[in-house]
Amino acid sequence: MKHIDEYRDKGLIMKLMDLIKRSADRNYTFMEVCGGHTTAIHRFGIAALLPENIKLISGPGCPVCVTENSFIDKAIAYSKMNGVIITTFGDLIRVPGSGSSLEKEKAQGGDIRIVFSGLEALDIAKGNSDKKVIFLGIGFETTAPGTAVTIKEADMAGVRNFYLLSAHKVMPPAMEVIIKEGVALNGFICPGHVAAITGSSAFSFISGKYYIGCVITGFEPVDMLQAIFMLVNQVNSSSPETEIQYTRAVTKEGNIIAQRHMKDIFMLRDDHWRGFGTIASSGLRLRKEYEQFDVEKVIPVNVKNHEENVLCICSDILRGLKTPLDCSLFTRTCVPENPVGACMVSNEGACNTFYKYRLNE
Amino acid sequence: MKEHATHFINTGLMNEYVSLNHGSGGSLTNKLIRNVFVKRFGLAEPLTDSAVLKEAGIMLAFTTDSYVVDPIFFPGGDIGKLAVCGTVNDLAVSGAMPRYISSSFIIEEGFSFHDLILIADSMSLEAKKAGVKIVTGDTKVVEKGKCDKIFITTSGIGILSPGLEHISTGKNVKPGDKLIINGPVGNHAIAVLGARKKLTFNSPVTSDCASLNHLISKVLDECDEIHFMRDLTRGGLAIVLNELTHLILSGIVINESSVPVEEPVKGLCEILGFDPLYLANEGKVLFVAGDDEYKKVLSVLHSHPLGKYSEVIGEVVENDRNLVILNTAIGGRRILDMPSGMQLPRIC
Repeated sequence: MKHIDEYRDKGLIMKLMDLIKRSADRNYTFMEVCGGHTTAIHRFGIAALLPENIKLISGPGCPVCVTENSFIDKAIAYSKMNGVIITTFGDLIRVPGSGSSLEKEKAQGGDIRIVFSGLEALDIAKGNSDKKVIFLGIGFETTAPGTAVTIKEADMAGVRNFYLLSAHKVMPPAMEVIIKEGVALNGFICPGHVAAITGSSAFSFISGKYYIGCVITGFEPVDMLQAIFMLVNQVNSSSPETEIQYTRAVTKEGNIIAQRHMKDIFMLRDDHWRGFGTIASSGLRLRKEYEQFDVEKVIPVNVKNHEENVLCICSDILRGLKTPLDCSLFTRTCVPENPVGACMVSNEGACNTFYKYRLNE
Repeated sequence: MKEHATHFINTGLMNEYVSLNHGSGGSLTNKLIRNVFVKRFGLAEPLTDSAVLKEAGIMLAFTTDSYVVDPIFFPGGDIGKLAVCGTVNDLAVSGAMPRYISSSFIIEEGFSFHDLILIADSMSLEAKKAGVKIVTGDTKVVEKGKCDKIFITTSGIGILSPGLEHISTGKNVKPGDKLIINGPVGNHAIAVLGARKKLTFNSPVTSDCASLNHLISKVLDECDEIHFMRDLTRGGLAIVLNELTHLILSGIVINESSVPVEEPVKGLCEILGFDPLYLANEGKVLFVAGDDEYKKVLSVLHSHPLGKYSEVIGEVVENDRNLVILNTAIGGRRILDMPSGMQLPRIC
């Protein structure tokens, strides 16, 4: 991987900053939808460089943060069954469910393994034919195609002990909910990697129908500042549209092959989002033809819904209504090693990011 | 028994369990050590890599470390080499001359003699290179599945020359002192991860696993103003800097663009979401040098093969007490915090 330094070039950054400062003649609020962008903003100290009249707020684009507790509770329930191996991305392991976390269950003997991909989980299934291997599928359009390919591979190889517990979601419906809730926004810094799959066209209804500008953005400092400059210009000229800043990865149509894999394997369902409630057609479940891999169909479990900590404001943070600094638990009882809400758990969560990089915020 | 139970309740640990994060070297490890071990063993603060002991007019440094790396062979080293280097380095950074090492093995039933001999040869070679003698040890074999292949514990004794006692506690560190590291960070963690996950890189990433005692003694021989040293292992540069701010009660400012990171490590970190400043190393040491002498320290380091790529990465400041501030490569500022959990388990 090369050319990282070019996108972090201080001279170029200063030029962009100068352009932004000269163009920004009013107040602007932009939402960075993706957790990767939230991380970049704080990791590189971008927020501290921006003029005061440009405010960035974090959106719902951290998959761990918007996953409901009941998903973790289900995964834990499965982990307690005999002969089950749970495979998961590392981020999920510390997320608190109602009473425990996968990490705690692992410490007490649950066979819970961290993997870097669905295919790695499938390999574990192939090597443990006497066990049931459940992969916790989580993420937006960026990770869903990988899961889809894994299911296809499992099907072709005739693997019968591999299952998916899906928390996969799609991004645009959540953005629409935020708009409908009336969060005051002048533009979206749209997720570059989601759009690499979906194409920019998946976001164009936002500028078309709601007159809010969208810029599909990469994850380096230069990308983000260029996108902010583009959004400022859209606001100034009252011409909201869906533009691509991240042209080196994103096209209007997106990755057709990945889209096809997703369509082959998944269908949309109404899904629960932490902080949002149920959003229509926002989640991905396996199609009927692949139901033998759907652990919820093959081995149904029931978990109770439970009340979350009433003081936790993750739900408002995820909808861009509040920031971590508005939370009475933040840094007091809610810290990365003892998280109360999901935004503190995930590396890309707004609270975790604010905590890690807190300074001049 | 009753008294023990009370202690558990007082530390709030009665209903808790040890998780992998307690072994990350970060703040949870710190809590475990302080809440469980320090008061029960009567350990003296500050906690350093080696204990400095005075017996019959001689100052000894004494240290111990366990090695559980997975996989046991990785590009640039193996668990045996690591077990020697790690203990040699813990002694060397306290200013001591490493002399004697013990070596205990816990071996899983069914482990191949071929691999055991490779590991023993590697330890013997590394001990010769470092100039230490392996003088005692222990061997236990456990049933299959009760440990993962082989775990090694090494302890070491070194001799500390008078006038160097301050190094491990950092008590002479003062604002204006410069921070120097002896080369690029993150290679060990990425090499181990690559070997474990069979990741293929454009160019090979090799562990930096090396005994640093010759490099360090060259610096100590030629320079007078070394105020602190610590090897960068689990938790990487970030953890050492945070521990240092708590020892010295001042702040530290680091310039991100001055911290050397090799291109493939940088690339892999971007893909996997790691920060190289938090990644484990096994052949890197942080020096804190007096402002008057840091250029000399740097040139001595540059003259040694293990210090060729040394860089000044920041300095000690009067403000921002107990904080590590990072000037980001693009001109922003942020905190470089103590890692709370693990980036990667069983890296050393």
